[in-house]
Amino acid sequence: MFISSKIESFFIEIGELTFFAHRFFKEVFSKPFEFKELLRQCYYIGNKSLFLVATTGFIIGLVMTLQTRPTLEEFGAESWMPSMVSISIIREIGPVIIALTFAGRIASGIGAELGSMRVTEQIDAMEVSGTNPFKYLVVTRVLAATLMLPILVLMGDAIALYGSYIIENIKGEVSFLLYFNKVFDALQFGDIIPAIIKTYFFGFAIGLVGCFKGYYCDKGTVGVGLAANSAVVFASMLLFIIDFIAVFITDIFVEI
Amino acid sequence: MNQNHNISQNNKALSTKDLMLEIKDLRKSFGDNQVLNGFNLRLYEGENLVIMGKSGSGKSVMIKCLVGLMQPDSGSIMVMGKDITKLRQLELDELRTEIGFLFQGSALYDSMTVRENLEFPLRRHKHKFSNISDTTQIVTEALKSVGLEHAINLMPSELSGGMKRRVALARTLILKPKIILYDEPTSGLDPITAKEIIELMRSIQAEYKTSALIITHDVDCARVVSERMILLVDGINYAEGTFNELAQSKDKKVRAFFKQ
Repeated sequence: MFISSKIESFFIEIGELTFFAHRFFKEVFSKPFEFKELLRQCYYIGNKSLFLVATTGFIIGLVMTLQTRPTLEEFGAESWMPSMVSISIIREIGPVIIALTFAGRIASGIGAELGSMRVTEQIDAMEVSGTNPFKYLVVTRVLAATLMLPILVLMGDAIALYGSYIIENIKGEVSFLLYFNKVFDALQFGDIIPAIIKTYFFGFAIGLVGCFKGYYCDKGTVGVGLAANSAVVFASMLLFIIDFIAVFITDIFVEI
Repeated sequence: MNQNHNISQNNKALSTKDLMLEIKDLRKSFGDNQVLNGFNLRLYEGENLVIMGKSGSGKSVMIKCLVGLMQPDSGSIMVMGKDITKLRQLELDELRTEIGFLFQGSALYDSMTVRENLEFPLRRHKHKFSNISDTTQIVTEALKSVGLEHAINLMPSELSGGMKRRVALARTLILKPKIILYDEPTSGLDPITAKEIIELMRSIQAEYKTSALIITHDVDCARVVSERMILLVDGINYAEGTFNELAQSKDKKVRAFFKQ
């Protein structure tokens, strides 16, 4: 009984999120456009996530290389390290881990911000003043998250590869040029393009879920906390579902 | 008891003025909870009408229906001759510029300065002002009318409760509305600040010639600002009249409001 009600509420939430997404697509192409607020959100969401993404990327690169190197050494296959690390980071680990980090910061931030605006009637005040709060608050944040995450992932991937190079340089005395030659030899468009495309969907899902949870936040400070928390949980779960679908589609159309 | 104590003598005089707001048979429920059960209201030009009621009597729901923040189940809401339940979004946004709304908790945008808070409604409705190349003059004028021109660059977090309420009032005035809706304007304020806000409301009405609908359970506020009052009980107009008329009523439920 408990499980069935949980499943039911999950599907109700998916349905409500679909309506929310439908409203987003209806509003995004209609005037007036909130360019100034979009730029402000791009700065806030993109620039302010940079340090977190850079640190995460750098550590992914370091750790992956450190953990994998002994096994490859056993088989005398250290020369495969750049290609192995680059393919796994570019295709999967970079986009997913950076998107999860981004979800933790942005979905919760948006959820809490819009939630507290809802609770303190700021969204109502916006509506009463004749401004469409959905367009001003939701459309700009979802667009900013969609546009910024792919850029952050590309930067995070590059920093992760640099982290991997540092370990290779220390342990195996591999030069920068040789390491990155090997990296680019191993990578194909079939690795990079689908990975970039899926990050747009990740960014969209993170922005949308954060806004959805905050915009329809229940009354009270408890509601704000719950909105922030459930935004991260729901967005993270959606990321894995989108990732599975993306990998499945890539597998059909791109020869891996 | 569904009893309407219409004991006002000045209704005839009012009916010759222009009707700014008219609510007819407004009903709204949440599940089984019937909050508004056929509420009626008329607000005339230049009038200060106070709605009093206990917590949960439907005052805030009524005022939210009035500006289109909630959809009523049935009934009509005419604002300056237009039924807001039947307006399209753009028409509703346009009509909302004629209505100022002072929220109970001020509802200032915390991420913006006082100046940006006041400029925000101007972004979409600059056409209401001719020669609006610089908004500073309009913002300063609105802040001056609430005595806070020095706070123009402060953030809402740097303001006291009374100052926040004044800035919120300045924001409602910025588009020069014809009607101002006050949702519990003195709640959460100390008696001295509450008195200042009440005085401010009176001076604003004199200066801007607005009509005002004030929702409150503060008897002092009602005594000072009201020209006419409606007591809202169980979602209906229970009694109507001037402050003195209602204060002298023999009805138990009416008297209960004045025993503070």
